[in-house]
Amino acid sequence: MRFGLSEEQTMLGDMLNKYLEAESSLDVIRESCDNTPHHNEKIWSGLLAQGAHTILIPEEYGGAGLSMLHSETVSEVLGKHIAPVSYLSNAVLSPLAITLAASDSQKELLLPGLASGDVSYGIGLTDAIVNRENTNLEITNGKVNGVSTFVIGGQTADKLILGKPGTLLLVDSNAEGVTIKPMITVDKTRDFAVVTLENAPCEVLGKEGSAAQAMQKLLNAGRISIAADTMGAADAMFNQALEYSKERFQFDRPIGSFQSIKHIFAEMVTELEPCRSLLWYAAHAFDEIEDEATLLACHSKAHIAEVAKTIGRATTELHGGMGFTDLLGLHFWFKRIEVNRQLLGGPEIQRHFAAVVQGWAPEAITAA
Amino acid sequence: MELTYGPEYDDFRAEVRNFCAVEGKRNKFGAMKMGEARPNQLAVDWQGKLIEAGYTARTIPKEYGGFGAKPDIIKSLIISEEFVKTGTRGGIQNQGISMLVPTLIEVGTEEQRQKYIKPTINGEMIWAQGYSEPGSGSDLASLKTKAVVDGDMFVINGQKIWTSSAQFADMCFILVRTEPDEAKHHGISYLLMSMDDPGIDVRPLVTMTGEAFFNEMFLTDVKTPVTSIVGKRGEGWRIANVTLKYERGMIGGSGGSSTGIRGLADMMHTETLSGVRAIDLPVYRDRLLKLQGRALANKYHGLRLLSNDINKTGTAVEGLIIKLSATYLAHDIYALAVDVMGEFGTLYDDSIYKRQKDWMKQYIGSFMGIIGGGTSQIQKNVISERGLGLPREPLVKYDQNGWDLLKK
Ligand SMILES: Cc1cc2nc3c(=O)[nH]c(=O)nc-3n(C[C@H](O)[C@H](O)[C@H](O)COP(=O)(O)OP(=O)(O)OC[C@H]3O[C@@H](n4cnc5c(N)ncnc54)[C@H](O)[C@@H]3O)c2cc1C
Repeated sequence: MRFGLSEEQTMLGDMLNKYLEAESSLDVIRESCDNTPHHNEKIWSGLLAQGAHTILIPEEYGGAGLSMLHSETVSEVLGKHIAPVSYLSNAVLSPLAITLAASDSQKELLLPGLASGDVSYGIGLTDAIVNRENTNLEITNGKVNGVSTFVIGGQTADKLILGKPGTLLLVDSNAEGVTIKPMITVDKTRDFAVVTLENAPCEVLGKEGSAAQAMQKLLNAGRISIAADTMGAADAMFNQALEYSKERFQFDRPIGSFQSIKHIFAEMVTELEPCRSLLWYAAHAFDEIEDEATLLACHSKAHIAEVAKTIGRATTELHGGMGFTDLLGLHFWFKRIEVNRQLLGGPEIQRHFAAVVQGWAPEAITAA
Repeated sequence: MELTYGPEYDDFRAEVRNFCAVEGKRNKFGAMKMGEARPNQLAVDWQGKLIEAGYTARTIPKEYGGFGAKPDIIKSLIISEEFVKTGTRGGIQNQGISMLVPTLIEVGTEEQRQKYIKPTINGEMIWAQGYSEPGSGSDLASLKTKAVVDGDMFVINGQKIWTSSAQFADMCFILVRTEPDEAKHHGISYLLMSMDDPGIDVRPLVTMTGEAFFNEMFLTDVKTPVTSIVGKRGEGWRIANVTLKYERGMIGGSGGSSTGIRGLADMMHTETLSGVRAIDLPVYRDRLLKLQGRALANKYHGLRLLSNDINKTGTAVEGLIIKLSATYLAHDIYALAVDVMGEFGTLYDDSIYKRQKDWMKQYIGSFMGIIGGGTSQIQKNVISERGLGLPREPLVKYDQNGWDLLKK
């Protein structure tokens, strides 16, 4: 019996961690934040070289055919370094959308491009979960009209996968009738776009209306990956504050010797460590235990978001005025956590879906 | 991630399952809570059967009355899984079995082991834990109850408090000051004493649940042989910490919260408010789901700790956090149950209105875990200092009257 990461998965995380320690310094992050799009090609090309983007692509299509637990490991390290790359769209959601929903011929056509890293993808699922702007996608005769908001990685994408309840469709970014505009969030380490479609040519992945199950699984992958990213970012904030509280002196003492501060750290670690256990199990359930997958994915997204929110607040506060400055850069982590919290549905929505899968609530908000 | 135990354990599981099906069915009687009362004859007989089969006191050597198996965490896990699954009652749990026995095995003399382990694990010898004093709770090492040697006896004088089970215990493991000239942590000894001594006066203390399961214990010229010391004179603090390690594990187990969530969810499916089931009211439901998220995190963290044990992995802090998180979670689960039931949740008598469970009593009772075995604040000190390497608070002395700082 062994609960947690395998040696191979640990090594994968360590390798990536070393790479990002060297390549994703605060200066690099600042630069990416100042550019639009924020996606950093140099860091991404290093990830491509290590094959991180192929983890979830089946071997027969040129991928590594590994597990969500592998990918979760990567997401956590990316969150720790708040790497400004579109891993979520290019390495998790798009390959899975195609693998789960597309026809065999579509897979043969599309997956090799993802595996080689030659074709980049953006993916929009937000409106399929909770539609706030009445942005329905209407498909008629191979043409699509409508709007898709918060398309992850949309600005740098060659192709877009857009979701509506029950259906996933594919659009070429350059096609006529497709307009892509950046949606600038408070987190400038990732790119989101709003895509407007006017009679744009599109292709449904698989058959129209048949992607409900695929969408459920896809959302689970998103929930786990975002939770992992948050886990990494919260862990980084925690460790940075812990270091600071050992170095910063006031009243002739390290501030970390004040009990009020020590107890905040004890509370934080008491919440945070079990989050990692939850995350590992959620990824494992995604890979191996279908019955539990949705419950665990929803709960990990919700619970880790809640824990990270308190950690974001406390660690910022523990740095005093320095915590509020741009100088320190801690705010980049804070903002990443805040956007992750809302992305693909906030904690209340996730808990609602967790209730739905247990038969505890009617399906009032659509998902898939 | 490898959550199966391997085929070599299949036979063992089948054996346990069979035992539960045959013997477990035949021996159904309610579970006993810690400190509640002496186990009755039924419970003692059942304990004997469990030891014989190797399902409790499993790794305690045969010569001390145990089953004498080699330690195998997975087998212990399988036993507890099968017992829980089939609702079979497990072995007796009390402070003697969970805390004293492992301590004697680790640091006791051969004579002490021969004399005490067997009757203790059989459920026939009940122990009280004489640590806390009126002036020494969290700051246990400041304890004042003293013992002096007179011939071949220690003579003990002083007062203990919060002593669970003392009203019916046969024996007590007690901390006393034997070296008054040594620094506070180095002047303490760990003694074993009989509760039959006429110098012991036990007075029950009623708790907020309305029961009296702990006591004040006044000690006047109580005698115990010099051979009843565990470890050497002045080593009591170190020995006590051996025992405390087992106590923290005993209180922090994570199985309870999953059971609590299940019970709470069931209740919310039957409890109605103006005809609407509580589970259908989003305000209550979201609170349930929040707690479920925490409970799941703790549940899988428990698996991780187990895996750490088996594979010798992990860091200290991962284990130090469990008492703090499990005890507050239990408190919050029962608190929601009371809120859901509203005024009826406050009933402390079920003669007119019956409810599935005595949630209010559980809610109040959850303080036992929060305070006993080291309060949450003390847990946080331990987690931050030992787990995270943060510096200790500087030691200062206050004048009791004027709040002036006294120079050392
Ligand atoms: C159900 C139950 C069973 C028990 N059974 C036994 C038993 O069988 N045998 C036995 O010996 N004892 C037993 N105890 C006693 C228990 O170990 C003590 O109550 C506990 O250690 C706290 O000590 P205290 O009650 O003196 O509180 P105090 O130490 O006076 O604490 C009062 C408050 O001050 C806080 N505090 C104290 N020191 C610090 C500090 N350094 N930093 C921050 N906050 C601090 C505490 O957290 C608490 O909130 C039992 C207690 C309970 C509740």
